[in-house]
Amino acid sequence: MSNIIRRIGQTVVILLGVALLIFIMLRIIPGNAIVTMMGEHANAEAIERMTAELGLDQPFYVQFWRYITGVFSGDLGTSYSLNRPVGELIATSFPNTARLAIAAALFAWVLGIVCGIIAAVRKNGILDHLFMGVSLLGVSVPVFMVAMVLQYLLAYKLDLFPISSGNAGAIGYVLPAIALGWNSAGSIARLTRSTLAEVLQEDYIDTARAKGLRRLPVITRHALRNAVLPVITMMAVQLSSLLSGAVICETVFSINGIGRLAVQAIEGRDIPLLQGTILFSTALVILGNLVADCLYSLLDPRIRKEV
Amino acid sequence: MTEQNTFRSVLCRLCRENKLAVFSAGVILLFVVLAILAPVLTPYGYDEIVNAANRLAPPSAEHWMGTDEVGRDVLTRMLYGSRISLLVGIVPTVVSMLAGAVLGILAGYLGGRVDSIIMRLADIMLAFPSMLLAMVIMYTLGDGIINIFLALALVNWASVARIVRAETLKLREAEYVEAARSIGVGRFTIMRRHILPNCIPSLIVLFTLNIPSAILSESSLSFLGLGIQKPMASWGLMVNTGRQYLYTNPWLSLAPSVAIMLIVLAFNFLGDGLRDVLDPHLKKQ
Amino acid sequence: MEKTTLNVEHLCASFFTDHGEIRAVNDVSFQVPKRSIIGIVGESGCGKSMTARSIMRLIKYPGKIVSGSISLVGKELTALSETEMSNVRGEEISLIFQEPMTSLNPVMKVGKQVREVVLLHRRVTKKEAKAEVLRMFEKVGISEPEKRYECYPHELSGGLRQRVMIAMAMICRPKLLIADEPTTALDVTVEAQILELMKNLRDEIGTSIILISHNLGVVAELCDYVHVMYAGRIVEQAETFELFDHPRHPYTVGLMNARASLEQQQTVLDTIPGTVPNLAALPEGCSFAPRCAQCGGRCHECVPELTEVLPGHFVRCHLAQQGV
Repeated sequence: MSNIIRRIGQTVVILLGVALLIFIMLRIIPGNAIVTMMGEHANAEAIERMTAELGLDQPFYVQFWRYITGVFSGDLGTSYSLNRPVGELIATSFPNTARLAIAAALFAWVLGIVCGIIAAVRKNGILDHLFMGVSLLGVSVPVFMVAMVLQYLLAYKLDLFPISSGNAGAIGYVLPAIALGWNSAGSIARLTRSTLAEVLQEDYIDTARAKGLRRLPVITRHALRNAVLPVITMMAVQLSSLLSGAVICETVFSINGIGRLAVQAIEGRDIPLLQGTILFSTALVILGNLVADCLYSLLDPRIRKEV
Repeated sequence: MTEQNTFRSVLCRLCRENKLAVFSAGVILLFVVLAILAPVLTPYGYDEIVNAANRLAPPSAEHWMGTDEVGRDVLTRMLYGSRISLLVGIVPTVVSMLAGAVLGILAGYLGGRVDSIIMRLADIMLAFPSMLLAMVIMYTLGDGIINIFLALALVNWASVARIVRAETLKLREAEYVEAARSIGVGRFTIMRRHILPNCIPSLIVLFTLNIPSAILSESSLSFLGLGIQKPMASWGLMVNTGRQYLYTNPWLSLAPSVAIMLIVLAFNFLGDGLRDVLDPHLKKQ
Repeated sequence: MEKTTLNVEHLCASFFTDHGEIRAVNDVSFQVPKRSIIGIVGESGCGKSMTARSIMRLIKYPGKIVSGSISLVGKELTALSETEMSNVRGEEISLIFQEPMTSLNPVMKVGKQVREVVLLHRRVTKKEAKAEVLRMFEKVGISEPEKRYECYPHELSGGLRQRVMIAMAMICRPKLLIADEPTTALDVTVEAQILELMKNLRDEIGTSIILISHNLGVVAELCDYVHVMYAGRIVEQAETFELFDHPRHPYTVGLMNARASLEQQQTVLDTIPGTVPNLAALPEGCSFAPRCAQCGGRCHECVPELTEVLPGHFVRCHLAQQGV
């Protein structure tokens, strides 16, 4: 138990660090944020009023303290450019990103793990070489390329899917999910293959075969459970890269998600919004890490004991 | 480096065991040559409007890849774009490797407070989705290629530091390091003479595998309009502007995409091959 | 009633590598009489584990049985389909490996791992299977079986783990147990207990056992017959007492001299000069000739046949055959 508590403590520290880092980075930009925001021609009085209103005349640590206490009470500030609470904007766009990321993750996991298993079982066979070649291609293509090729071929030429996913419902998420999951599928396939191939060399696999288990149950009951452990740690890493890729995917397919919100924030020089979206996404990744850690220790009795 | 990892023997083993990696090295070399010789290979300038009347022209004898939306030669821009991609692949990777290696060795060897400060900082950097962190840094620093170098170096040093630290922790207990310590060799001399050289195989592998991810990051940033700015030619930027003409002139965005894919693939194959030859225990990561 | 449990005839098995075929088991024939324990002895790499795996049809890639026959109480194992073979494994033949540390699945409770065998081969409920496992645990000397049932492998000592492996192997009362170096990784005191246990189980359940070992002491203690293997071939086979009293093959003699003998108060251990030959490049003639002190001209020319020098005592050596 103490291990998990310590881990949660670490997570809180990292979260605070992340918040502080974002806060500092967005406040060392050259030029006054307010001026850039309100335009060159705003009169001095208005600028002063706005500065006071936003608390930007306060010392740095007071500003940070206010921001952090705000975050903990659910207040992420107000967007300059959209003139709405940042929390509200994130709440409306997050479900779209979540749908996209979950669909992409499902695609990536199913495809990656199945291909990884087949490649490992048929190691050095034709399928192995094929899958590993394709998976390296998978990790090497830029997200926007997959997205645009899919969009051009399947949505524009063949008209099978909507070009823009904004209001298209579930079907609109098929192409973005594939485009986004493609990269992850490649790395998951490669990792699954290497860990499973290693596990299949272990003595306990021979023991399981010697018991009279057929090939398939040996893999599903004995090998996978051991091979999946490193793959789970990868889950959190994947979450991070999915959120990175989502920025691109949402732009290409016009999905109103967190990533697009961040791009809008940058284009509108909207510090509270940018700050909110980045903090939110990073918090998601950190929580994902925590969940992966807990899951890992649940699945591996050797670690569970220590917990 | 240990004896079995001399440059020549590594090269021999790579040639013998992994033809694909050698081929990839050739492809990379070709890209480098093209990038260097760009002004010689093409009669046009990268920002030269060759034919204002003939915008978005399809491929022809004068313009092998056609012209873009303002009438510039696409092939020329592709050639100049390879300069950006290679630079962006290499410069920030070198910087982040140097920083990561130094910080990783310091953290691993000195331990204690130095270790926990460096590693907590690395944890914080690694918590960000890399694309979003790069976006924020670009926002803060402003556009420009130097800032891209900085942003990507800042994003990547932490993972290098983590790996080097793990390696250092292992090496610190090695007998020859203990022996050096026992005869009174100073801490920094040990780090420089004994720890760093032994990290080099891992660093080489990391180097070749971090280059493609830096290239991809730059192209994504430029694609979003947050990286290289017009009128410079970057493949990601070309895809971005070409995207508006995706349905009428698909090659405009497809050509630079394929170029990105090719160079990234080549670096990945080379890195994979080097990893198998140099450093078997990195395989798991 | 059949008198032999297992009959292996002219078994050949090879690894097929990039550099060609490597014959790891070469024309091996032997019988395992009912309720007997036979030993297979030899240095590592002599083909003894490969022989065991051939019988189970569990040879690792790129190995394969090339020819020969393996029959278990009249059932030809080499002719079975993979599915039929998996019904034989665990039910009629079981295998115990050398490393009890790594031969149990680390993320599965040991009780469940043993129960799996019962559920696989018997039509029983999970509850009945568990009761069966607990009874077997008691039989192999695992104290507090209920508690151990819920343990993971890393929570048990090496000796206990090997007992679990034995329980797993014996729970279906197989006709044949193959123990591949079952005690090599264990302490000497634990080793004695495990050997005793295997002997008792043979007496109680009536299982025949093939014991594979490089340790002549272990073999002498337990086995009725001994087969000595060298470079993929059986070079000498005889009843245990006969073999130990009158070893005929120079290799067997060498193995015995290499053992530290307390009675003889030796200060220097004899060793067999040279190393195990490379199976990919065996010398012409007798494989042992390059290391043999007494070898003569014929030894380098043709491979000696396995001949009966005394009733039940077979030797594959030109010299021993002449000596009769």
